[in-house]
Amino acid sequence: MPNIELMSGNDAVVRAAIMSGCKFYGGYPITPSSEIAEGMAKELPKVGGKFIQMEDEIGGIGAAIGASLTGVKSMTATSGPGFSLKQEHIGFAVMGEIPIVIVNVMRGGPSTGMPTYPSQGDVMQARWGTHGDHQIIALTPCSVQETFKLTFEAFNLSEMYRTPVILLTDEIIAHMREKVIIDDAKNYKIIDRVKPSVRREQYKPFDSKHGLVPPLAPYGEGYRFHITGLTHDETGFPSSDHNTVEKLQKRLRDKILKNRKNFDWYEERMVDDAEIIIVAYGSVARSAMRAIKDARRENIKAGLFRPITLWPFNHERIKKLSKRCKKFLVTEMNLGQIVGEVEKGACGVKTKVNFLGRANGEFITPTEILSKIREVMNV
Amino acid sequence: MFNEHIFDYLRTDKLPHIWCPGCAHGIIVGSLVRSIEKLKIDKNKIAVLSGIGCSGRTPGYLDMNTLHTTHGRSLTFATGIKMAKPELTVIDVMGDGDAVAIGGNHFIHACRRNIDIKAIIFNNNIYGMTGGQYSPTTPTNYYASTAPYGNVETPFDIVKLAKGAGASFVARADAFHIGLLDNVIQKALSHKGFSVVEVMATCPTQFGRRNKMKEPYQMLDFVAERAISLKKWQEMSEEERKGKFPIGIFVDEQREEYVETYEKNVIERAKKGDR
Repeated sequence: MPNIELMSGNDAVVRAAIMSGCKFYGGYPITPSSEIAEGMAKELPKVGGKFIQMEDEIGGIGAAIGASLTGVKSMTATSGPGFSLKQEHIGFAVMGEIPIVIVNVMRGGPSTGMPTYPSQGDVMQARWGTHGDHQIIALTPCSVQETFKLTFEAFNLSEMYRTPVILLTDEIIAHMREKVIIDDAKNYKIIDRVKPSVRREQYKPFDSKHGLVPPLAPYGEGYRFHITGLTHDETGFPSSDHNTVEKLQKRLRDKILKNRKNFDWYEERMVDDAEIIIVAYGSVARSAMRAIKDARRENIKAGLFRPITLWPFNHERIKKLSKRCKKFLVTEMNLGQIVGEVEKGACGVKTKVNFLGRANGEFITPTEILSKIREVMNV
Repeated sequence: MFNEHIFDYLRTDKLPHIWCPGCAHGIIVGSLVRSIEKLKIDKNKIAVLSGIGCSGRTPGYLDMNTLHTTHGRSLTFATGIKMAKPELTVIDVMGDGDAVAIGGNHFIHACRRNIDIKAIIFNNNIYGMTGGQYSPTTPTNYYASTAPYGNVETPFDIVKLAKGAGASFVARADAFHIGLLDNVIQKALSHKGFSVVEVMATCPTQFGRRNKMKEPYQMLDFVAERAISLKKWQEMSEEERKGKFPIGIFVDEQREEYVETYEKNVIERAKKGDR
C-alpha cells in the first residue's frame, strides 16, 4: 500500500537514496543542502551503511568515489560554493567511469552569494564545471514528489552508465514541504551496475568489447585492476597514444549520447496548439504552469516545455516545437543560461526566443510570467 | 635481501618504471613489496592509492586493487574504500606535495580520525614531475626552479605534524637505511590505525642538479649523512641537530580505530534504535 507523507525535497532525497540501496555518503555541511547530510547520517547506519562528514567538500566526493569502487552505491550532496569545489572529482568519476550521485541544491551566487535564497545559476556549471570535454547527466525535479522519483533515477543512471549523475534541485524544492506518495520498495525499479562475467585474469575495466559501458568489478574480489585520471587504454593503464585516447573519448561521449533516448525526460503541457511555449525547469516551472493556465483564460494560446533531463539538453525537441509555435519564452532564475540552449535548438527557425530571468534571490512568480507572455504576444 | 617472491606482487609487464636513473622511489617500492610479501598479505585484499607526481605512479606497478587519484586527495578516496570495505588493507602512497601541501588538510584529518590507512610519504623535498619547484619540505636556502635565489620558507616536519594531528603510528625512515625502512613499513602494515611512514627520498634530477648533488650517490649521501637514529638524536645538542633529522619510530600506540568505532558506536546503536 502506498504511503502518503509530508516531507521536504531534501528529505525526499534521503528517503529515495536509502530505498535505492545507497550505502555510503561522504559530504560536508552547506546551506541549503545540509538536511541531506543530516538525514543520511541518521538513516544510513540503520541499513548497515556508512556516513562520513569529511574535512571539506573535495573530501566528501572523494570518499564517495572511493566507496563506490568497492561496489556500493554512494553519494554526496552540496550547494553553490561546495559544488565548485567538487568539480575536479566529478571529472575524475567521468574519466574513471565510477558511478556516483551528486546532489546540488542551487543557491544564489557567484561566490558565497545568497546561501538561503534560491537560484538556478549552476546549470552551466553542472554541464561544464569540470575541465575537459565530457558528457554529464543532470536531472531537475520541479516538486518534492519528483525529487523522490529522480533520486531513484539518478542512482539507476549512474549504475547503468558508470558515470556521475547530478541531481540539480534548488533551495525552493529542497526546503518546501509537500505531499509525497511512497509506494512499496519492491515497486521501484532498482538497477545495479553490471559486474564482469569474464575470468579474473581476462578482465579489463575499460574493455569496449562489451558495448559502450564496460562492466565494473568491485575492489577486493580478485580482479586487481587499475584506475587513473590520466587518459588510458582498455586495461586502465595510462596512455597518450592519440588513437587510444580518441577511442576512449568517443566511447565516453557515445555511452551517454547514444543512450540518451533511455533517459530523455521532459514534460509538455498544452503545446499542441500553442503559439507561445514557455521553457522552464525546476521550481520556476511551477510558476510557468500556473501562468500558461492564466494565459489560456485570456485566450492566449500558451504551452509549457519542461526539461526534466537538463543535460544532455534536448535541442531536437526544441527544434520540433519551434516549427509549431511562434514564440518561446525561457524563464529561469539566472541571467540567461538554458536560454542559450533553446536558441541553439531553435537556430535557423523564425520562432523568436524571449527571456525572463533574474538572479537576485527572488522567485519568479506566475504573475510576472503572465505579464511577460502578454508583452511578448502584444496583448 | 633479494626475494624472488616479490614478483608475485608486481605488474612486471609494466616495467621498466618511469622514474629517472638514481631516483630513490624504486627503493621505497621495493621495501613496500618485500614487507607485504613478508607479512603474506593477500594481494586481492590490498588497495593501493596514490596522488599525483612521481610517487603517484607507484600503484601502476603493483598487482593489487590500484587507484591513481587526484593531486593531494588520495586519502579521501582511501577513506571511502576503507569505510565501505574494512577488510581491505589500504595503503596510500603520497609525495611531499600530495601529503602536506595540496592535501595537507586531508592528511591532518586522517591522522585525527585514526582510520586504518597506511600512509607512505615519499619525501624528496621537491616537485619532481613538474620540473623542480620548491615544496613544503624543501629545506630553507636550497634552490628550486621557483626558488632561484634560494628557498625562504621553513619546511614542514611531517613527523611532528602527524604526531600533533593524532596519528597512532608515526615513523621516519630513509632510502639509505634499508633495514630500518623495511622494519617500519612492516610495523605500519601490521598496525591498526592511521600509520604514517615518512621516507626521506632523493631526486637527483630536479633537486640534486640545482643543489650541487647531481650524481645519485651524492643525493643518497645527503640523506644518509643527515639521518640520525632516534637514540643518538636524543643525546645530541640543538647545535648538533642542525640540518639533520631523526629516524625511527616516534609514535606507536593502540587506539580505537575509526571504522571499528563507527561500526560499534553508530551502526549497532542505529540498528537498535538507540538514540
